[in-house]
Amino acid sequence: MEITKVTGKVFKYGDDINTDVIIPARYMNTHDPKHLAAHCMEDIDKDFVNNMKPGDVIVAGKNFGCGSSREHAPISIKHAGVGCVIAKTFARIFYRNCINMGLPIMECPEAAEELQAGDEIEINFDEGTITNKSNGKVYKAHPFPPFMKSLIEAGGLMNYAKAKLAEKK
Amino acid sequence: MGMTITEKILAAHAGKASVQAGELVECNVDFVMGNDVTAPIAIKRLRENNITEVFDKERIALVPSHFVPAKDINSAQQVQEVKDFAKEYDIKYFFEVGQGGIEHALLPERGLVLPGDIVIGADSHTCTYGALGAFSTGVGSTDLAYCMATGMTWLKVPETMKFVFHGELPKWVSSKDIILQIIGDITVDGALYRAMEFDGDTIHNLSMEARMTISNMAIEAGGKSGIIVPDETTEEYVKSRAQRPYKFYNSDPDAKYCYVKEYDATKLEPVVSWPFLPDNVHKVSESTHVSVDQVIIGSCTNGRIEDLRIAANILKGRKVDKNLKVIIFPATQSIWTMALKEGLIEIFNDSGCIISPATCGPCLGGHMGILSSKETAITTTNRNFVGRIGHPDSKAYLASPAVAAASALTGRITHPAEVMD
Repeated sequence: MEITKVTGKVFKYGDDINTDVIIPARYMNTHDPKHLAAHCMEDIDKDFVNNMKPGDVIVAGKNFGCGSSREHAPISIKHAGVGCVIAKTFARIFYRNCINMGLPIMECPEAAEELQAGDEIEINFDEGTITNKSNGKVYKAHPFPPFMKSLIEAGGLMNYAKAKLAEKK
Repeated sequence: MGMTITEKILAAHAGKASVQAGELVECNVDFVMGNDVTAPIAIKRLRENNITEVFDKERIALVPSHFVPAKDINSAQQVQEVKDFAKEYDIKYFFEVGQGGIEHALLPERGLVLPGDIVIGADSHTCTYGALGAFSTGVGSTDLAYCMATGMTWLKVPETMKFVFHGELPKWVSSKDIILQIIGDITVDGALYRAMEFDGDTIHNLSMEARMTISNMAIEAGGKSGIIVPDETTEEYVKSRAQRPYKFYNSDPDAKYCYVKEYDATKLEPVVSWPFLPDNVHKVSESTHVSVDQVIIGSCTNGRIEDLRIAANILKGRKVDKNLKVIIFPATQSIWTMALKEGLIEIFNDSGCIISPATCGPCLGGHMGILSSKETAITTTNRNFVGRIGHPDSKAYLASPAVAAASALTGRITHPAEVMD
C-alpha cells in the first residue's frame, strides 16, 4: 500500500548538505541498506540515527544532496526510516535518485525556512502539504513535474524500464 | 532561434529538429559508465527485475576505480559483483586493476567517449567528457541500470551559463584556477540544473587535458554538464583514439544563454578552495599562513600526464618538507607508464613522494592516504567537504598541481613563484 501520510519530528540542518556527510565514503565498501542506514548523517550529526524515530523528517536549506552521485545517500536516509526530506532546493543527481528509488522528498522553501528542530509535522503526499502541528501552519510544496509524477506512480524508474522494454519487444 | 551545443546534442539524440530549455526529452545514449561503488547497486536493480540483457555490450564500461586494489574484503566483494556481471552479460569494457585507472581519465584516453555523444555515468564527475564536446552527466545507480537496460535516459533540457575567458594566462595560473575561480564566483549551487559552457581564446588555447580539469569540476558548481565546443585541439586528441564515428556540434551565434560572464584571464591568480566547500576560494597569496601535513597530486581532476609534469618540474632535484606526506597518484595505468618513461616517477621518488597505483584512493577518503583528525592536506582533487579525505575533523584545501607541488617543498600553502622564480 502506498504511504500517503507521514507524521514525525523535524531534524533541521543548513545549506549544501553534501552526500559525503550523509553517508561518508568509508562506509561505501558495501551497499547493504542496513549498514548504510546505521551511518546515516554521521559526519554532520553523529547521534542522528540514535535520536530519530521512523517517520521523522529531515529539513534543510538549499542544495541538499550536493556532491557525489552515490545513491547510497538516499538509500541510507530511506532505510534509516526517515519519512521525508524537505529542502529549499535539492542538488540535481540527488533529486533524480530519490524519484528513481522512492525516497519521499519535498521542495518547499517556506517550510524549510520556518520549521524548527523538534517541530511535530504531518505531511500529506497526495495533497503536497506540510502541516506544523505545533502551530497549525500549512505549507504547500512545489508539485512534481508530470513526467516525474508518472515515474513515482509507476513505482520508480525500474518499473518504467520494464514497461519500456516490453514496448520495444 | 539558434541553439547552444547542448541543445543541439540533446535534440539530435531525441530525434527532434530542435529543443528548448525546460523541455523534458528522452534521449538515446551513446555510452554508459559505472564504477565499483555505483555499478553494484545498478546490477542489483537489473537482477531483481529479471533484466538479463543490456542494450549494447560494446557501449558500456565498468571501471573498478574507487576502492581498488581492493582495500578490504567488502570492497573485494563489490568488485567481484561487477566482474561477475561483466562476464555474465558479456560487457566488452571491464577494466581490471592494472589495465585501466580512474574512469574519467581512462574513457577519453581510450577513445570510448567522443565529441557529440551523450554519455551517462554513475559518477558525478562524468561531466569531465564535456571537454570533448559531448553532453555528459552524472547519475545514480538506478539511472545507470535504466541506461544499461534501455540505452536511453530522460533529461530536462538545461539552460546554459556561458563563461568566456580572454587573454593569456599568467605564469603559474592553470585551468584548475579557472574552474575554482568560477565556482568561487557563482558558488556551489550557482549552476544547479544548468549546463555550463566554457569559451574564449583562453579556453581554446588550453590542451585537452587542461580542458578536462575544467569540465570535471562543473558538478562542484551544481552544473548538469560542463561543455567546451570542439576545435582543432579536440580533433587532434580524438582522431587517433576514436573507437567509433563522432560529430562536432557548435553553439549558434544567436543561441540563448541564461547567464554570460566574461573574464580577463591575464588578471587571474593561483587560488585555493579552503574547507569545507569548493566555493570557499581564496588567492594563494592570502593562504600562505596555512601549514599542511599532506600533499595529494592526482585524481580525475588533476592526475593526467601534464599535471604530473608540472609537479615534477617543481620537485625536480629537491626534497619535500621532512614532516610531509606527499602522495602522487597518476589517473590511469598508461599515464603511470608515461610518467615512468619520462623519468617523472624517479623525480617524485627521489624527492620523497610516495607513488600510488592508478586509483581514486584518497580523493574520496577511500584509502591510500586518509587524513587523521589533526591533519590538513593540500590536494589537486575536487572536493573539500567535511570528512571527504578522512576524519571529519581533518581539513582539505583544493589547488592546482603547481601550487600543491610548491607547497610540498615548504610545508605550507605556497605560490609556485616563491620556489621557482
